[in-house]
Amino acid sequence: MDLTPHLPALQVVVPMLAAPLIVLLKPRGLAWAGATAVAMLSFCIAIAMTIDVLQGKVFTYQMGGWAAPYGIELSVDAFSAVLLLVVSGAGALGMLAAHASVDQQIELERQPLFYSAWLLAMAGLIGIVVSADAFNIFVFMEISSLASYVLIAGGPDRRALPSVFKYLIMGTIGATFYLIGVGLVYMMTGTLNLADMEVRIQEVTELNPLLVAAGFITIGLALKAAVFPLHVWLPNAYTHAPHMVTMFLAACGTKVAIYVLIRFDFLVFQSALPGHSTQFASFLMPLAILGIVVASAVAVFEGHLKRLLGTSSVAQIGYIVLGASFLSAAGLSASVTHIFNHALAKGGLFLAVACLACHYRDLRLSQLAGAAKTMPWTAAALVICGLSLIGVPGTAGFISKWLLINAAMAQDNYSVLLVAVILLSSLMAVAYVWRIVETLYFGSTDNVAADGATDIIREAPLPLLLVTWLVALANIGFGFFPQLPISLSSGAASVLLGQLP
Amino acid sequence: MPDLLSPALIMIVAAMAIGPAKGHLRTAVLLLAPLITLWAIWQVPDGVQGTVKFLSYNVEPVEGSALRRLFATVFALMVFVGGLYAFRLARWYELAAAYAYAAGAIGVCFAGDLIVLFLYWELMALFSTVVVWCGGTPAARAAGIRYAIMHLLGGVVLKVGIEGVLISTGSIEIRPLLATDFSTWMILCGILINAAAPPVSAWLADAYPEASPTGSVFLSAFTTKTAVLVLILLFPGEPVLIGVGLFMVVYGIVYALLENDIRRILAYSIVNQVGFMVCAVGIGTELALNGAAAHAFAHIIYKALLFMSAGVVIYRTGKTRCTELGGLYRTMPVTTICCIIGALAISSFPLTSGFTTKSLISLAAANEQMVWVYMTLTAASAGVFLHAGIKFPWFVFFQRDSGMRPKDAPWNMAAAMIIFAALCILLGVAPQWLYPFLPYPIEYEAYTAGKVVFYLQLLLFSGLAFFILLPLMKRTETISLDVDWLWRRAAPWLLQQGSRGLQPLLVFSASTWQSLEALSKRMAVNYLGQPETADSEERGLFARSWPIGATALWIAILLSAYVFIYYTD
Repeated sequence: MDLTPHLPALQVVVPMLAAPLIVLLKPRGLAWAGATAVAMLSFCIAIAMTIDVLQGKVFTYQMGGWAAPYGIELSVDAFSAVLLLVVSGAGALGMLAAHASVDQQIELERQPLFYSAWLLAMAGLIGIVVSADAFNIFVFMEISSLASYVLIAGGPDRRALPSVFKYLIMGTIGATFYLIGVGLVYMMTGTLNLADMEVRIQEVTELNPLLVAAGFITIGLALKAAVFPLHVWLPNAYTHAPHMVTMFLAACGTKVAIYVLIRFDFLVFQSALPGHSTQFASFLMPLAILGIVVASAVAVFEGHLKRLLGTSSVAQIGYIVLGASFLSAAGLSASVTHIFNHALAKGGLFLAVACLACHYRDLRLSQLAGAAKTMPWTAAALVICGLSLIGVPGTAGFISKWLLINAAMAQDNYSVLLVAVILLSSLMAVAYVWRIVETLYFGSTDNVAADGATDIIREAPLPLLLVTWLVALANIGFGFFPQLPISLSSGAASVLLGQLP
Repeated sequence: MPDLLSPALIMIVAAMAIGPAKGHLRTAVLLLAPLITLWAIWQVPDGVQGTVKFLSYNVEPVEGSALRRLFATVFALMVFVGGLYAFRLARWYELAAAYAYAAGAIGVCFAGDLIVLFLYWELMALFSTVVVWCGGTPAARAAGIRYAIMHLLGGVVLKVGIEGVLISTGSIEIRPLLATDFSTWMILCGILINAAAPPVSAWLADAYPEASPTGSVFLSAFTTKTAVLVLILLFPGEPVLIGVGLFMVVYGIVYALLENDIRRILAYSIVNQVGFMVCAVGIGTELALNGAAAHAFAHIIYKALLFMSAGVVIYRTGKTRCTELGGLYRTMPVTTICCIIGALAISSFPLTSGFTTKSLISLAAANEQMVWVYMTLTAASAGVFLHAGIKFPWFVFFQRDSGMRPKDAPWNMAAAMIIFAALCILLGVAPQWLYPFLPYPIEYEAYTAGKVVFYLQLLLFSGLAFFILLPLMKRTETISLDVDWLWRRAAPWLLQQGSRGLQPLLVFSASTWQSLEALSKRMAVNYLGQPETADSEERGLFARSWPIGATALWIAILLSAYVFIYYTD
């Protein structure tokens, strides 16, 4: 039997059906093994689909054989493929590395539940990406959100509870806003299928409800995506979550919301509402710029490693939104490339943080002084990923910064201002990455309360370290051979702009 | 395919192998890699050696020409001798960083287009910073971060320029440009930052003396000279460069004369010497470009030689100030002789390499009827003799007896110095061996009686001046202030002083400045937070976790704004 046409469905169904089964695997280590196998399988499916997508294929799948406007449709194109790779890659590699870190942070009897929630979060995020139907996106959004609330609160850190409560409230507001928007569009067009919506929305004459719908959807998804100034839930949630969860969510959590935001706006609203593209740009560009500048500045002054990296994520989300707000093919493909590359850099950084956390309970920078002496390999991987975050040539981050500056300079208006903002924030990124490096390599170890001696080499467990290095090397690899993300993202840009005149 | 592999890759592989290799194997890697690189450099034929697709551009990883090979040769030579000098003293990570740094420099030499050039350019910036850090002191760390910020700033400026040129012309070819629009200016500024041009010349004298004795030998060679090469490739005949170069020449002399730290004297004299080359690129005739290239070649050798002798002194005595040294010639004859040869070469004494190369630049200026340029360069030659030619060896090796009796250089350091000292003299005695490798054909007779007499007079009189003025030149325990002091300290102070002077008129200006300073500090604390804030403590506004209500308010504001913008359109 040829499974190829069924891959979009399997991509969601495999982790989702496996999740409840994992709960039953009580013996030690088995739940982890099962969940890892499922996550890897899901990653393989994503890779298989990407290979086909690279050859120009677009997957569409009718659930249960029901035809499109009435049945549930799944579809995978170049844009979705990038997100699928990121989500399933982060999920699978995170799972592969997670065992030691999870053992340390989560009691044995709750581990199967944790792994199950992990798979559910993964299934939810994947579901958002493959759905071609506005309402199913909402359903999967809820699945992934609920699972990630559980994951964040699942660690030993009690401060995670207020953070997750805040995240829950805001996540719910975001999802509700999205649903209100979808409801308004449904009221005017009578369809939930995105492709169908695109066609029928042309016939709508009363535009006010659509306009309000666009407002609700944009704000709701911006909230989910932690676009400045709606980012407040993010740094705390990332800081207090279990380390592997932070890594997983930082790599792909917010990006999926941006994916929906961009896709909905470009495919549905921009063709229907006159002048909507300028509206989109003039609304989001200032927020993106503010986010880049303010969040980078805050990160420079932050004293807790995880919150520092979380705050920097807000700035990086700003880059992604900024690229999209250029409304050009160059800008969009810079943006999509940055989704991929930032996932690599930030995922690698948080993996290194998880390594550090094996021996350093307190992740404030002041407590990590001199960590490079005890964990040289971890520190080196962290430096590589940090360079990628800055955008040093030879790393993945360089590629997306290059494309972004290129797109900014091709803008007619404000190009100098935009370039100045990107440069300024690059320098701020140097400053905050430098603070980490300085602490790890040159900090004095006098006041540090590490577990055990600070002068002998005690590295993180091997699987965790190997995965960290795999990601760090991927940062270099995609810096020299960026063909994959670039061809996918230019495909994505042409899908998105194909709808515009 | 092998055509596409830059000789720089050999150095990169060597840099990676230095860590794992131990003992004699490491020594073999250190000494053989530069020689293999040197061989590879001479295997690169002229012209572009094929293209590779990177992003959507056809990049050219390797392009050969006489000029590029000349610079790459001296870089590889520098790595070999530097490796010989350093291998017993330096730690492995310093050597690895220095080799990677050199790989960047050699890569720039063969870069066929602006993107490859930029990749190697940043490789240099990255690993030269590591070399500075390997100084290991808190001062080195602080200087390292200032160095890194300056070079990353230069890097992004260059990147923006390259992208601008790419967008406006669609070409990433390396070809002569003129600074006419925003993008080309950005490229020029990015390169000049690496050349230590004003107003940022201070980074060089700030960072190089903080590196380890071995590290500063490597640092002295690559960054500024690759900048000179790239200027020759991209901006030959750019008139701005003449002024920039002359400023650097004078700046370097003035600060070197005021300086007390021996390596800082040498660092300022790098700025001075690079000024000669930048000026030559600005003149832009074939003779001038030949002069710039030849002078860079000679300069790397004698400047490294001087840094090596300074390094030996620091290694043996642990002292870095002129006032603490003196009389070392008794026990360090080899170092003294090598240092004097280097000092004569930098002063372009006849029969040394400086004479046969620097005079090309002066001649080029004279041929173009640039009287002021010629006069300044000639006067500067005398000034160089004062600060680097006499002052440095005099205060370190002669002068009063400091009472120290350190041992002479270890064998490997002595061997390295002797090789370079011999090269200094060889290039001075037989310049016809260097001239055929210059980018343009040259008919030049270095030694005519008139010229030799002229230079000897110039040098002897400035030497006379030095000893007559010796009481004035006595080094005091000074730390001279540089331009960077202006932006770090003096600007606020001047503003305060100025406003104090104009009391009635500007009475609030001083207080405005103070309150501005306090305000920016308070703003940083209030809005961004402090580096060491713990979770429970008060945090800056944007670093704080806002209450849910605040976000709800933002949501309402943004939604209204969104709809409102629409209606106003």
